[in-house]
Amino acid sequence: MNYKLDFVKARKWFFLFSIATILLGVVSLFTQGLNLGIDFVSGSRLDINIQQAFDKEKADAKLAELGYPNPNTRVAGNNKELLVFRTDKAISKEKVNDIRDAFRKDFGKKVAVNEQTVDPIIGRELARNAIYSVLIASIGIIAYITLRFEYRFAFSAIIAILYDALFTIGLFSIFQWEVDIVFIAAVLTIVGYSINDTIVIFDRIRENLKRENPKTFEALSNVVNVSIQQTLVRSINTVLTVIFAAVALLIFGGESIKYFSIALLVGLFSGAYSSICIASQIWVGWKWRSLQKERLKPQSAE
Amino acid sequence: MRVRKGKIVIFSLWIVGLLAIMGGTTKWVVDNLTLGLDLRGGFEVLYKAAPLEKGQKITPATLSDTADALNKRINSIGVTEPEISVEGKDRLRVSLAGVKDPDQARKLLGKPAVLEFRDPSGKKVLLKGSDLVQGAAKQDYNPQNNEPVVSVEFKDAEKYANITGKYVGQKMPIYLDDKQLSNPIIQERIPNGKSMISGNFTVEKAKELADLLNAGSLPVKLKQLSSNAVDASLGQDSLHKSLFAGLYAIGFIFLFVIGYYRLPGLIAVMTLISYSYLVLLFFSLLDVTLTLPGIAAYILGIGIAVDANIIMYERIKDELRSGKSIPISVKSGSKSSFLTIFDAHVTTIIASAVMFYFGTSGVRGFSVSLLVGIFVSFLTAVALSRILLTLLVRSNLLHKKHSWFGVKEDEISEL
Repeated sequence: MNYKLDFVKARKWFFLFSIATILLGVVSLFTQGLNLGIDFVSGSRLDINIQQAFDKEKADAKLAELGYPNPNTRVAGNNKELLVFRTDKAISKEKVNDIRDAFRKDFGKKVAVNEQTVDPIIGRELARNAIYSVLIASIGIIAYITLRFEYRFAFSAIIAILYDALFTIGLFSIFQWEVDIVFIAAVLTIVGYSINDTIVIFDRIRENLKRENPKTFEALSNVVNVSIQQTLVRSINTVLTVIFAAVALLIFGGESIKYFSIALLVGLFSGAYSSICIASQIWVGWKWRSLQKERLKPQSAE
Repeated sequence: MRVRKGKIVIFSLWIVGLLAIMGGTTKWVVDNLTLGLDLRGGFEVLYKAAPLEKGQKITPATLSDTADALNKRINSIGVTEPEISVEGKDRLRVSLAGVKDPDQARKLLGKPAVLEFRDPSGKKVLLKGSDLVQGAAKQDYNPQNNEPVVSVEFKDAEKYANITGKYVGQKMPIYLDDKQLSNPIIQERIPNGKSMISGNFTVEKAKELADLLNAGSLPVKLKQLSSNAVDASLGQDSLHKSLFAGLYAIGFIFLFVIGYYRLPGLIAVMTLISYSYLVLLFFSLLDVTLTLPGIAAYILGIGIAVDANIIMYERIKDELRSGKSIPISVKSGSKSSFLTIFDAHVTTIIASAVMFYFGTSGVRGFSVSLLVGIFVSFLTAVALSRILLTLLVRSNLLHKKHSWFGVKEDEISEL
């Protein structure tokens, strides 16, 4: 069997690159943290949709006039038609109505307002539940892969998905993209996709392993390289189709799922990368060591 | 080789039948979908239930009583299909999608509305809201000064007559949620069980109180933990935008699959259309509330369904390249790809089932959508795709037409 790209030979570089990206993310997490959305910090968030591009200074002045000096606002939306206004203290329903009325007077009758007020307890619970979900899902996936494949595949796959989760979270910290409840769902999907990718490659490795029964490290890495190559077209095509979906969501999906789509896009690339360059490479090293041990055993018994 | 027309007829019947069923019922399915409040406007509040009195315990029974009372209140303002769900030990999530006047709804929801008629000292409770005839409270006018009042009626007219008889000439203060509404002096014994509650009401306030009394009081105090209100126009905007995103995504995916996989690609498109339809059908049959994250998962699910097709077609191409005939390649390709697809899907099911168990609202909607998508993709991308492809292969129409599978002649090695 032939292959064009020697992934196994480059694995030290992959490990180096992976560790470096994770370190960068972790450093950023510790220094600047995450840009937490309204779901995780107390207060209110108003999305004021002005329906057309507008003067932010004028809008800020309006809010100051209504009793919110130096308002924490940003402009969002495809046509810059949205004003996102955050406060640390909850805004009462009456106040929301006042703001809506005032904006309608100045910016046209079509102004619409989304209001969200959250107790941070709920957000923290959600984050905690998400971490539990990932851990419990990991255990379930390990159990399933061990049952259907072997434990080395299982743990290599888990390291790969943890990489994807950490990488995505790290990137969100570096670029200070907003993290909300849907982000959690995005990370969980990424985990699901990545495991999908990894299984497809592992399935091929298992199949080729039966056929070849490699005795040397060259033969073993040959099996891995060939398996990756055989599934590469599928990996690329699948990532491409899902990217079509994610990009469409990003461009046309509107403000509320913007960061969700970004997270998915990042995670998709990371998932494809980690399946080929992390999961498979960890496995090949581990498997080789186990094969050597097995060979030593009968010799020492003699 | 002779072309078997029978198989082609069956194949065509499948295609025409599927398209006819889908075309004929899509409108019904779409009309039956329940849209979440983020897609059609409305508001959602998460309450924490706290004891009304010291020592009272919050049990699942009190929570469900509270939910019932809230349901009645919401019905009184004419909102259809309120969604009230118990979360955790002491929380209630109330979603009112499509509500026209969220302010009114919000006012109605949170109040315990415990009505008490007390003795002149204001300490001892003589009669309670639960002693009233259900549904009899209404907004009225005081015949003496035309002030808006709420007229009520007691179930036990005799008890009321005795109490009013006992306290003639004295005051009988009326309290709502521990706040004194009014402090009327009883003029005479009232025999017919009817009473009037005044309290400097406006007509609207009086109506609101009448509605509250008719719906009954809440057995607990509700503290608002979070709320989320979406203007109806914004909800529609999100719906349109995400539908557009879906259409573009599907269009690109179709073009790509057909361009790359040719004939199997066309079959994949057929199975993807069935997939999109079936997922929506399951949503409407299972009463899944479609939310924005749900739509995102739906669009992504199409990506997953394509993946199953891609895995299978790549396998078939591999077999073709190794020099096997088309019928054998299709058979062994779909067989060997099945376990791969199965394993990959099961792991995704594990992930989304865990997500469903631990998630709330948004995340839950997402995971339900994903779960439905995975099950349906088994049906369409594996079963349907195989049935259609096998029918075509058995018809001998594809004999030696490797290019229809996107395999070039020079790629095929001699066996």
